[in-house]
Amino acid sequence: MSSLLAAAAGSLAPASRGFLSPTGVEIVFVLVGLAVLGSALISVTTRQLVHAALWLVVALGGLAVEFLLLTAEFVAWVQVLIYLGSVVVLVLFGLMLTKAPIGRSPDADSGNRWVALGVALATAGTLVTLVVDAFRTSWIDLGAGGGSTAVTGASLFRYWVLPFEALSVLLLAALVGAIVISRTGKGGAKPRAGRLRTARPPAAQRPGRATAAPEQQER
Amino acid sequence: MLDTLLRCLAALVVMLTFPLIIGQTEHKVMAHMQGRLGPMYAGGFHGWAQLVADGVKFAQKEDIVPAGADRRVFQLAPAVALLPYLLVLLAVPVGPHGFVGQAIDAGIFFVLAVMGIGVLGSLMAGWASANKFSLLGGLRTAAQLMSYELPMLLAGASVAMAAGTLSLPGIMDAFHWWWIPWQAIGAFVFFTAGLAELQRPPFDMPVADSEIIFGAYTEYTGLRFALFLLSEYAGILVLCALTAVLFLGGWHGPLPDSLGWLWTLLKTFALAFVVIWARVTFPRLREDQLMRFAWTVLIPLALLQLALTGIIKVAISQ
Repeated sequence: MSSLLAAAAGSLAPASRGFLSPTGVEIVFVLVGLAVLGSALISVTTRQLVHAALWLVVALGGLAVEFLLLTAEFVAWVQVLIYLGSVVVLVLFGLMLTKAPIGRSPDADSGNRWVALGVALATAGTLVTLVVDAFRTSWIDLGAGGGSTAVTGASLFRYWVLPFEALSVLLLAALVGAIVISRTGKGGAKPRAGRLRTARPPAAQRPGRATAAPEQQER
Repeated sequence: MLDTLLRCLAALVVMLTFPLIIGQTEHKVMAHMQGRLGPMYAGGFHGWAQLVADGVKFAQKEDIVPAGADRRVFQLAPAVALLPYLLVLLAVPVGPHGFVGQAIDAGIFFVLAVMGIGVLGSLMAGWASANKFSLLGGLRTAAQLMSYELPMLLAGASVAMAAGTLSLPGIMDAFHWWWIPWQAIGAFVFFTAGLAELQRPPFDMPVADSEIIFGAYTEYTGLRFALFLLSEYAGILVLCALTAVLFLGGWHGPLPDSLGWLWTLLKTFALAFVVIWARVTFPRLREDQLMRFAWTVLIPLALLQLALTGIIKVAISQ
């Protein structure tokens, strides 16, 4: 197993090849990266809310492809399952509930856009500097299977098991918190939809708007 | 390179023919079960030409995009709904000795992840149609798929745990016949949740035609509508093949290894028959019943199966 892990980490020998002698994989990597960057930019600048979410799909899918190119197979599928299959679907679900209009949303502009741009640039600058400074001229040879499920699982549950457990406790706390917050009303004794219909008084006796108000407060 | 190309081509051919076969079977089975006369006449013997007639009908219909719709999203939606199933088919093992489009290391994970993307197509269709029934259908689709994905993943995890691998061919290699009773609960959960993911009756709340007039697909005509139908049948194919591989032993059967693919096909089509049968016999669930079924029946059952798998696995290894 340790040899597998070594293969996963690759050799960190200094670059023996020139700076500009890209292989096919690297060219594809850069092209996909540009596509991801482009769709990410469109996603934050478009004024159509649902389009923004759909461009996010393209950006996140492109990221999954990048993970694949880096031989991190498992991470790529996790990206697809969690971000494309769940997070974006939830975002779209939420947008539909807000009656996101077709066409431009006039109120989609934010006054904070320059601040946001500054923060984004600062973050990107910090990260890029950090990565460049950390690796300099070292070169990782990506062997096939370096990021396979077996290797990822082994390192996750052997070397990083404590952070993993801490994270799961955190997630559990968040889950319990969400349930508690969503049940702040009265003990959650709402009638089911099926019973609601039979319990409703006939139209003539139905209370007017004024008397219906306490019912709303109950929520 | 040529090998890869051929495999992709084979998956494409399967993708284009098998769903049609399932569709034709559905016509005939429903006709027999419900005493329908219509689909039994076209072309003479047993109405064999009914599907051809349907195809011609779809192809000659006008392709309409509603004036208020979001054009590009509206037009892209059928492709987004269909493509994931093609990708999944590539990873489903049919027979032993590498009879698989592409053996993927984390196969079961890949398959379940990619199947989850299909929902985006329905969501896009529902929103871009600019129709309140479509929007309702899209919302229902999203809610339904979010809640049924969990039991499906849990049931899949149980098989992966039993086999000790995430690779689909690997799971097949580890299979023993006594897995079938051992994983029976998981098989039920997986198959039922998959049925709900495909929005097939009795879980077809999002397309309920008598209530919200086909939900997300209300505004679609002609070939684009046919693509949605095709993706539904491709979904049946994928779900049945996966259930056969994960829970019914795929290519394992009495015949020698070289005929393994025959077993996979037989099991897949037997399951497809069950899917059609369920459509004919079960009434549609109500939306709240649907949700309650997922959260109070399927998920506890899946967790039970997971615990059972774990206990027996530990007992075996000692």
